[in-house]
Amino acid sequence: MPMEAPHTIESFYRFVGEGKLMASKCRECGRLILPPRPVCPHCHSTAMEWVQLSGRGKIRTYTVIHVAPPEFMDKTPYIVAIVELEEGVTLPGIVLGANPEDVEVGMEVEVGFQGEARDKWPTWPRYYFKPRR
Amino acid sequence: MVGKPLAAIVSAGCTRFGRLEGVYARELFAEAFKEALDECPNLDPRRDIEGVFVGQMAGEAYEHQGHWGPIVSDWTGLIPAPSIRMENACASSSAALRCAIFAVKSGLVDVALVGGVEKMTHRTTSEVQEFLGLASDHPFEQFNGLTFPGLYALMAVAHMHAYGTTEEQLAMVAVKNHRHGALNPKAHFQKEVTLDAALSSRVIAWPLKLYDCCPISDGAACLIVTNPEIAKRYTDTPVYIIGTGQASSEIGLYERETFTSIPAAKVAARRAYEMAGVTAKDVDVIEVHDCFTIAEIIAYEDLGLCPVGEGGRLVEEGRTTLEGDMPVNASGGLKAKGHPVGATGASQAYEVFHQLRGEAGRRQVPDAELALTHNVGGSGATAIVHIYRV
Repeated sequence: MPMEAPHTIESFYRFVGEGKLMASKCRECGRLILPPRPVCPHCHSTAMEWVQLSGRGKIRTYTVIHVAPPEFMDKTPYIVAIVELEEGVTLPGIVLGANPEDVEVGMEVEVGFQGEARDKWPTWPRYYFKPRR
Repeated sequence: MVGKPLAAIVSAGCTRFGRLEGVYARELFAEAFKEALDECPNLDPRRDIEGVFVGQMAGEAYEHQGHWGPIVSDWTGLIPAPSIRMENACASSSAALRCAIFAVKSGLVDVALVGGVEKMTHRTTSEVQEFLGLASDHPFEQFNGLTFPGLYALMAVAHMHAYGTTEEQLAMVAVKNHRHGALNPKAHFQKEVTLDAALSSRVIAWPLKLYDCCPISDGAACLIVTNPEIAKRYTDTPVYIIGTGQASSEIGLYERETFTSIPAAKVAARRAYEMAGVTAKDVDVIEVHDCFTIAEIIAYEDLGLCPVGEGGRLVEEGRTTLEGDMPVNASGGLKAKGHPVGATGASQAYEVFHQLRGEAGRRQVPDAELALTHNVGGSGATAIVHIYRV
């Protein structure tokens, strides 16, 4: 993905397909924006640049889902957390590689990636979180 | 000073909520409308009703049916009355009520039909999870398998972590609202539950268990809303709407600064209180959006019924029961009355309409003069608060 890619959700997932977690940064007000947006929600500028995130963060809250929509029924029970990344932006994501009873608020996690760059909506390549070693 | 009336409710109707088999949503709406008509003999519906405002969330998914505005005009026998469908997830029919207020305040409409409907129970639980999930963010929340119980579970864990709220306090909301629902002949569940039964029910999205979640229900509710100056043509005891507030939050829960409150609800409440010229302590009857038990605890705090972080204690102390000093969800709430999504906002107004007229039977709050409804869409991207007086 070129760094001039449009600041869209599709571009975000194309970067995920390359193993990169990217956010928009507004050149006017300097804020990081995730999900990426073509127009800054803070200052309405369109001067955006892509910034790669470290992929490291902490769990701010989490749940263990036992009753799921059809697409996820074969994965239950699964953990979903809201993770605050080191750079201050947040994302929800499935947590793999952890037992539900071992997960807690504040736990350190890092991002992982699944899927192929060529995957298309609505089955984008996926990011997920795993306990930080 | 108590604010001036914005609009009046002169009649209301509501179906029984629950598993209502063998009907389409439009037929439920007609049944609710018929009750409102029968209660309002001075209303000539085809002559008087100049606008129809319908809350409907996801008929496209449940019944493969869109274009709900004219369907409701048709099935209520109001053709050619203009009809508009509002979709703000679980707050759809409060949005419809708010737009009817705009209509009568503008002077373009003197009498409006407001209502909402959802038919859900003919679909599987898994399908309903998917359809309710349409009100959440698709590319990040739905894509990561988050359900509505899951989103509110994220709020519950955050609230428990921040304030020490307990699973027992969550279950106490369910016990209270089931006790109230047992007094409401239109409630989906009309039986009490014990704290033990609530706590030991199966996990849906930890820490939320079955009894922390509202049921999947069918139902419809409607209101006849008029310009306040003509309300007495239709009833001797109109209920006046004196405050309306609506606000938006980010669609994704994860985008918000806080997961322990619903920022849109705080803003909506502040606007409604200011417009009505009242504060939380003035309100006698409160219907809040308890789609999950944690949602009621957060609502206490967002509406200013208690300090931030003390919602769990408020229910534990029994202050929000029918006998308490600030009764919440006398109807049984979404939790026991049921939550046919598009109908919920109108059904909250139906409840306070009867409470303020002293017509709420065994669940009547004594001497109720001022009421508030709090209706939340999705995980809180929409919140709408209305304040009513006799």
